[in-house]
Amino acid sequence: MKKFLDDRKIHIPSGCGVTGIMDTSGKSISGSDIVTSIINMTERGNGLGSGYAGYGIYPEMKDSYCFHIMYQKDTVIEVTENYLNKKFNLILKEPIPTKNVKTLSYVPILYRYFISPKAELIKLNYETESQTEFFEQDFVSSCVMFINKEIEYAFVFSSGKNMGIFKGVGNPDEIAEFFKIYEYKAYIWTAHNRFPTNSVAWWGGAHPFGLLNWSVVHNGEISSYGINRRYLENFGYYCSLFTDTEVMAYLVDLIIRKHNLSFDILAKIFSAPFWSQIDRMEENEKNFYTYLRIIYGPALVNGPFAIIVTNNNTMVGLSDRTKLRPLVAGKKGSILYIASEEAAIRCVSKELDTVWTPKAGEPVIGKLS
Amino acid sequence: MKKIVINEEYCIGCRLCEVYCVSQHSKSKDIIKTFKSSEDRPVSGIVFEENGYTTFALQCRHCKESPCTTACLTSAMYKNNNEIVLHNKEKCVGCWMCIMVCPFGIIKPDLKNKKVASKCDLCIGREVPVCVEHCPNEAIVLKEK
Amino acid sequence: MSKSKFRTDFKIVRDMEKCIKCQACARVCSNDAHVYDNESNSIISYNDKCVGCHFCEDLCPTGALTIKRNIPEIKFNSHWDSYSVYNIIKQAETGGVLLTGMGNDKPFKEYFDHIVLNASQVTNPSIDPLREPMELKTFIGKKPDKIELKYEPYKLEYNKPELKIINYKISTKMPPQLVLETPIMFSAMSYGSISLNAQKSLAKAATEFGTMWNTGEGGLHEDLKPYSKNVIVQVASGRFGVDIDYLESAAAVEIKIGQGAKPGIGGHLPGEKVDTEVSKTRFIPIGSDAISPAPHHDIYSIEDLKQLIYALKEATRYQKPVGVKIAAVHNIAPIATGAVRAGADFVVIDGMRGGTGAAPTVIRDNVGIPIELAIAVVDQRLRDEGIRQQASLIAAGGFRSSADIIKAIALGVDAVYIGTSALISLGCHLCQKCYTGKCNWGIATQDPYLTKRLNPEIGAKRAYNLLRAWSLEIKEMLGGMGINAIESLRGNREQLRGVGLSELELKLLGIKHAGEAW
Repeated sequence: MKKFLDDRKIHIPSGCGVTGIMDTSGKSISGSDIVTSIINMTERGNGLGSGYAGYGIYPEMKDSYCFHIMYQKDTVIEVTENYLNKKFNLILKEPIPTKNVKTLSYVPILYRYFISPKAELIKLNYETESQTEFFEQDFVSSCVMFINKEIEYAFVFSSGKNMGIFKGVGNPDEIAEFFKIYEYKAYIWTAHNRFPTNSVAWWGGAHPFGLLNWSVVHNGEISSYGINRRYLENFGYYCSLFTDTEVMAYLVDLIIRKHNLSFDILAKIFSAPFWSQIDRMEENEKNFYTYLRIIYGPALVNGPFAIIVTNNNTMVGLSDRTKLRPLVAGKKGSILYIASEEAAIRCVSKELDTVWTPKAGEPVIGKLS
Repeated sequence: MKKIVINEEYCIGCRLCEVYCVSQHSKSKDIIKTFKSSEDRPVSGIVFEENGYTTFALQCRHCKESPCTTACLTSAMYKNNNEIVLHNKEKCVGCWMCIMVCPFGIIKPDLKNKKVASKCDLCIGREVPVCVEHCPNEAIVLKEK
Repeated sequence: MSKSKFRTDFKIVRDMEKCIKCQACARVCSNDAHVYDNESNSIISYNDKCVGCHFCEDLCPTGALTIKRNIPEIKFNSHWDSYSVYNIIKQAETGGVLLTGMGNDKPFKEYFDHIVLNASQVTNPSIDPLREPMELKTFIGKKPDKIELKYEPYKLEYNKPELKIINYKISTKMPPQLVLETPIMFSAMSYGSISLNAQKSLAKAATEFGTMWNTGEGGLHEDLKPYSKNVIVQVASGRFGVDIDYLESAAAVEIKIGQGAKPGIGGHLPGEKVDTEVSKTRFIPIGSDAISPAPHHDIYSIEDLKQLIYALKEATRYQKPVGVKIAAVHNIAPIATGAVRAGADFVVIDGMRGGTGAAPTVIRDNVGIPIELAIAVVDQRLRDEGIRQQASLIAAGGFRSSADIIKAIALGVDAVYIGTSALISLGCHLCQKCYTGKCNWGIATQDPYLTKRLNPEIGAKRAYNLLRAWSLEIKEMLGGMGINAIESLRGNREQLRGVGLSELELKLLGIKHAGEAW
C-alpha cells in the first residue's frame, strides 16, 4: 500500500485554520501566543501539516537572506551547497534547532543558511538603491526557484531577511515543539493548521509558503488555480509545487513587488468587485476598477479562500469575493489579530478593543508604524 | 380594438392562412377531415393577392365606417359590440350589395345558395385568429390599432 | 452509356392519407421538388430535386411530408462508398470542381466530445447562478501587462480599509477594448453570401444581447448602420465595401486572411447574386463577379500584414481594436504569434469545421486542423512567449453547444465566433446548398422570393434566444465548478480532463486524462 502521497507532485485540496498576530509598533511578541492561538483551532486541521512564520526573529543577521532548506536525502546537500556557494557568500550555516518529537515522522534534514548574493552576479549599475534591491530580490528568487525546481529532494522553504518559516507534517503543538517556536520573538507571527484530504508525507507541502520576505497562510481551494498558474508563467514564475498557496505567494510577489501596487489594490485584484457593483460606482471609480479587471482578470482568485499575507512590515488578511471561508480580525492596543475564528484571538487576548468580521473581499491591513 | 395587420414584406405565399381559416370555420375544425370531405368545407375568409414576389393575405378590415353594414338591406351584415363586422346567414337575402361596396373585395359570394359565403369574423371566441397563430413568418399579426 | 438523371440524396415521402393538396409545398419549394399538376389535380414530388432542407416538411399543415435520406445503395464496399462513387460520376459528367456549402461533414475525431468538465464537491462550494452573481463579461483587445498608478500617499486604517481610488491616478493607457456581455459572437458572414434579413437578424440579436456581429467581406449595408456599435467589420482580400466610413462606423476591424472551411482559398460571389443592394454595399457594378483573391495581394509576408494592421490603426486613429483572422493550419501557433507580434489586438483562429457559403468540397473536407488542437497550441505558444496578454484569442469553427464553447474557453480562448449554429437558429437545416442561392429558408440567397421568408424580427428573437440559452448554460457549468467569473475559467485547463485520448493528444491539448487528480 502506498500510504503517503508526495504532494509535491500532485494537487491536494485542503481545509485549514489560519491565524496571525502583529504588533504594529514593532515590539516583539513571544512565539507562545501564536502557538496558543493555532492550537485552539486544532479542530480545523487533521494533523497532516502545520507551520509558523515569524518576522524579526533574526535581529543579529537582519541584513542577510536566511534560507531554510529541507533535504529529503543527504546526498543532495552537497549539490545544493555547491550551487549556493556559486551564487552567494555564506555567512553562517547551521542546523535548524529542533527538539525530538516522537510522534513526528518523515522528518527531513533541516539546515539554515545566512547568505548574501555575490555582488558581481547582480548588475550594480542601476541608479537608485531601490532598483538594486529589486534586482537583488529577483536574483534571489530565481535561485530559490532553481533549487526547488531542479534539485530533487532539496527544498528552500524560507528565503527572506530577518524572518523565518517553520513547518512540517504534524499537529500545531507537535510542530511548535519540534521547532521550539516558544524560543523565538517576532513582531509578526502567522500560523497555519492544515486539513489535507489525502495523506501527505512531504514537509514542504505544509504552510506557510514563502518567497523572499513574503509568507502566505491560506485556507481555501482555488478553482481558478489553472489560469492563475499559467498567468504567472507569462511573467516567468514557474510553480514547482502544486499548491494554491504557492500560486498566491507568487501573485503577491508579482503584483506588490514587481508591479509596485499596494495591498488594498491587491485585495481588489484577488477579490475583484462584481460588475454589478462596478456599474453602480461613480465614473472615475468605475474606470479604475474596470481597468483593474481588464488587466488583472487572470489574477482574479476564484473559489473559497481566506489568506494572511505578510512581509517585513505588513500583515494583510483577505477573503474571497463572496467570503466562502471565515476570517475575523481584532485589535488590542497596537496589536492586530487576524484568524479563522474569533476564539483563536480571544484565547490569546481576552479583552479586545474591537473585533470585527471583514466583508467579502475587504482586506484587513496592518502596517508597521 | 385589435386588428389584423399584414406585413406583406414577410409573406412567403404559402397560403396556409387559408387552410387554417377553412378548417377553423368547418364543423370538425380538423384540417384533414375538413379537406377530405366535400360537404363540410367552408370558403376561406381570406383573399390572397399575388404579384411577382409580393404576396399577401387580406381579411376583412373591420372598417370603422363600414360600407357593407350600411349597404345591407336586412342587417345581415352588422357590427357587434366589439366593433367586429359579422354576417348573419339567416337574414342574408343574397343581394350582394356588400360585395359591391367592399373597398377591399374580401367578401365572397356563395353562388350555389345565392348568399354571402364567407367573411372574416376574427375567429370569434378565440383569443388569436388562426391565420395569425399559424402564419409561419409572422406576416399576419394581431395588433392594437 | 446512360447518363445518370436521377441522382437522389433524399426521398420525399408523402402520406396521401394526410395530404390535403393545399399546395403549400409546391408553392414554397425553390428547387421545384414539388409541383402541382392542374390537369390531374395532384402534387408530384421529384426526389432528384430535393436538397433536404426540410422547409416543406416544417410547413406542411398536416404532417403529410417526410424527407428521408436516400443514398443510392451500390454494392457494399467499405472503400468505394456511394458518396465517392457518385462524386466520380458527377465529375465525369461535368468535368468540374465539386462545390459545397457549410462546414466539413467528415467523421474526424471530435475532440470536444473527448473532453469533460469539472465540478466542485465538498472541498469548495459550487455556486447557484440563479441566486448569485455569475459574470460572463469579456473584453477583447490588447491588455497592458500591468497597471501603473501615481499614488497620493494616504493613511490606511486597518479596520476601515475602503480603497480610496481618489488617491490614485492611472497612468496606464488602456488600448481599445470590445466589451461583450457573453463570450459568444456571430461569425463573419457577408451580405451577398447571406441575405440582408439574415444579417439584420444577427445584428439585432447581437446589439440587444451586448455582443458583436461581423460583416464578413461584403460591406455594411445602409440599413444596418443602426447596429454598427456592435459590428466588427472585415477587411479581406477583395476589399469589398471598405472605405473610411465603413472603418469608422465599426467597433473593431478584422483582417481576414483565411477561413477554416477553405484555408488558402479565396471567395467568389457570382455576378447573378450582385443585385442593386449588394452592388451598393460592396462598391462593385451590378452583375459583376465579386472575387476575393486567395491571398491579399498586398500581404505576401508577416511584415506586410503588419503594414496593413497599422494602416488600419492609423485610419481609425488607434481607437478601435484591429484583429486578424486566420484558418487553423499546421503552423497555426507560429502564425498566430506572428500576427500578435505584428500588432494584432485580437487573433481569430478558424478551425476545419468552420462553415462557408461555397467551397470546393475537396478543400473543405481535407484542409486545416481541428479547432480544439489549434486553440490549445496557440494559447500555449503565446504564453510561452510571454505575449498572451498582448492580444485576445477568438476561436471559430463549428461550435455546436455551450459545452463546446466552455471547453474552448477553458482551453484558452477569450471568446468564440458562432456562424453555423447562428444560422441554424435562423432556420438553416444544413442542406449544404448555400452556393446555389436557392436557400428556402431565406438565409443564403438574394432572391426576393426567398429572402422575405426570413422575418428579421423572428430571426433576431431566435438568435437572441440562442445566445441567452447558451449563456445560461455556461453560467450553470461555471457555477458547478465554483467559479463566478469567466476570466477564472479562461485558460484554466485544470478544469478539463480528456477521455480516450492518447498521451500526445493530451499533451497538445495541455490537459490531464480523466481519473488524474490535480
